[in-house]
Amino acid sequence: MSGAVVDPRLHAARAAPKRRMRLSWSDPKFRAIVWQVLVVGILAAIVAYLVHNTNKNLAARHIATGFAFLARTAGIPIGEHAIEYDPATSTYGDALIIGIINTLKVAIVGVVLTTIWGTLLGIARLSKNWLLSRAAYLYVEILRDIPLLLQLLFWYGLVQTLPSVRDAFAVLPGVFFSNRGIKVPLFDWEPAHSWALAAFLVGLIGVIAWSSVASKRQAETGVRPKTWPVALGLLVAFPLFVWAVLGAPFQLDMPIKGGFNFRGGGTISPEYCALTLGLVVYTAAYIAEIVRSGIQAVPQGQWEAAGALGLRPGAVLRQIVLPQALRVVIPPMTSQFLNLTKNSSLAVAIGYQDVVSIDQTTLNQTGQAIEGIALLMAVFLVISLSISLFMNWYNARIALVER
Amino acid sequence: MSELATTNIDPVPATAGNAAIPNTSRARPPATVHGPVAWVKTNLFGSWLSSLATIVFGILLIRWAIGFFDWAILHAVWSVPEGANGPDVSACRDAKGVGACWAVIGEKYRFILFGRFPYDLQWRTALVIVLFIALYAVSAWRRFWRKELLLVWVATLVVIGVLMWGGILGLEFVPQDQWGGLPLTLILATFGLAFAFPLSVLVALGRRSTKLPAVKALCVLYVELIRGVPLITLLFMASVMFPLFLPEGVNIDKLLRAQVAIILFAGAYLAEVVRGGLQSLPKGQYEAADALGLSYWKKTGFIVLPQALRLVIPPLVNTFIGFFKDTSLVLIIGLFDLLSAGKIAISEPAWAAYSTEVYLVLAAIYFVFCYTMARYSRGLEREFSRARNR
Repeated sequence: MSGAVVDPRLHAARAAPKRRMRLSWSDPKFRAIVWQVLVVGILAAIVAYLVHNTNKNLAARHIATGFAFLARTAGIPIGEHAIEYDPATSTYGDALIIGIINTLKVAIVGVVLTTIWGTLLGIARLSKNWLLSRAAYLYVEILRDIPLLLQLLFWYGLVQTLPSVRDAFAVLPGVFFSNRGIKVPLFDWEPAHSWALAAFLVGLIGVIAWSSVASKRQAETGVRPKTWPVALGLLVAFPLFVWAVLGAPFQLDMPIKGGFNFRGGGTISPEYCALTLGLVVYTAAYIAEIVRSGIQAVPQGQWEAAGALGLRPGAVLRQIVLPQALRVVIPPMTSQFLNLTKNSSLAVAIGYQDVVSIDQTTLNQTGQAIEGIALLMAVFLVISLSISLFMNWYNARIALVER
Repeated sequence: MSELATTNIDPVPATAGNAAIPNTSRARPPATVHGPVAWVKTNLFGSWLSSLATIVFGILLIRWAIGFFDWAILHAVWSVPEGANGPDVSACRDAKGVGACWAVIGEKYRFILFGRFPYDLQWRTALVIVLFIALYAVSAWRRFWRKELLLVWVATLVVIGVLMWGGILGLEFVPQDQWGGLPLTLILATFGLAFAFPLSVLVALGRRSTKLPAVKALCVLYVELIRGVPLITLLFMASVMFPLFLPEGVNIDKLLRAQVAIILFAGAYLAEVVRGGLQSLPKGQYEAADALGLSYWKKTGFIVLPQALRLVIPPLVNTFIGFFKDTSLVLIIGLFDLLSAGKIAISEPAWAAYSTEVYLVLAAIYFVFCYTMARYSRGLEREFSRARNR
């Protein structure tokens, strides 16, 4: 109803006149407001009551609220720590950071392995080979219907029945399986390796740039310039060259069998093995079903058209079917990745010191229940949100390809 | 993996020697096109890669099968004699690594199934298991999908409560901390569903609400918060944080606290499933109900929910399978469900070495429940989609 010249009748026909809200139960707007005030009010009252109780209880138990306990010395022995840690001097904060790193270690490795294994299973499930497809079917059916916790306990029990260090069996030279976990050779990290890694990263950027140039030229001329020689040069030859120029240092730290334990080398703990194995084996069953339905969602005509163009079956799968299936597959896959990350919290049952386990110990030692739980929730919310954001970005990216 | 069947496997290759088949209808097709030989040829030895996979995989499978048969049946120890102090497990120890020790199951099955429930009263827990299974069976039967089913649920759950607690009708009282085993797992899952489901419907409706932004925001917050954190954090919350919330002197049993955590957890996931059903309902249904002048609750109760809930029964069953498995997590806060009972059974030194056997049996129990539900859900889904496509 501002200055513009509008026929008032026309205006009335376009938009309903703005009615003032009446203070009457028969006015839906009024009702809506009353309901909301009621719901929010009741909830606020409950929360206030709980907070009141909590404050009283905390005062009775002489527990100070706040996060000051994070700076106190922890004294929790932690087996696997990626950063410097000493129970005598390190704080609860340090311990929790190690816990977060340990959780991420399981989640990232788990997501990568489960994607590979699940995709293989999903493809096997569709194989023309009866034996292969039935085996994949049985795998999926059985593993999906058994609680993950039970599977983890089972794997952990199995890992513990591996031979002792004395009888550890070597799969490859320097790689030992025993009930102390998997021993692998480490090689001494020297500046030359860092430089080679830097060279590799520079090469990676170069390859990405080159492939976008190649795509552009393909769009213009119809002929795609060869990318693999450039990739080979930048990703393999260039880092190798840098490494060689710096003297090509290569010193392996091999694990050596001792009486009761190994000397040297890197260790993958039995708890980590059992947890990662359990998570991968379990989640892969779900991924397999997602991949299968994704592939089946690609219309049969796509297979036939690709075949008619003379593509070999492998190329049809890789270049025609999988890219299209990917779009169907990404959203459910994201929720499986989230599940895997959240399920890694079951580590606490088999004694792997992830963030949940360390948080629980902290909570028992300090009595800071609310802060401990809040921290834990915050950590998982941040991880979950990061995964969703990344997968949504990736989803949007591959969706753009569609015309 | 180069060979992929697409949607269905065509047993007869399109070009398979049509000319070779004589034009008389009575002549049997040659064995290379139909029959077991042809089946083996197309499905096991379709190409050289397929043949390779069949041979390698077949050999591995046969070796595993023989190994498992040897271990589980041929060299297994089925029972052990009673010794002076407890069972004599020397037979099992001798068979270790060669054969399974199923004696541990025979010795411990009552503890695994019923936990620490008083031994003489365990018929009550057995009856509870039977009642639960009967309840599931009745609910699965589509003929019984009517309002009376709700009464059946309430009645059955009350009877189950009476059987577990006792204290009336001449039944001896059994405190909650002695409950355990399979009944506890079924209680956590079923009561969890029974309470989480109405909650989830309300939350889903609230989340879809356009007129109540504050309620909608609360629902979104609840669902996203719960779905973003693992169940374990909620169970921890139940075991260490809930007691702080309560006024002085009031103490809620650990089982009940865990049950509340499971209800809250299940409610958020079920709400998303229900929301899916609400969204998939055609808009015309809402508009038609509005046009008839129905109030919000009448529209929801008579038009929207009956259709939307029917649509989401298969995913609801799938979610329920998830909860059934997730109840095993109460092990971590020290409740005696089926899995913890099994784990405690093998913590006894005499049986400590036979975890594999116990875990296999537990896995079989969980599998039977979950697989039955999964099959049911898939059957229902197929039926529904057939009805829709007609």
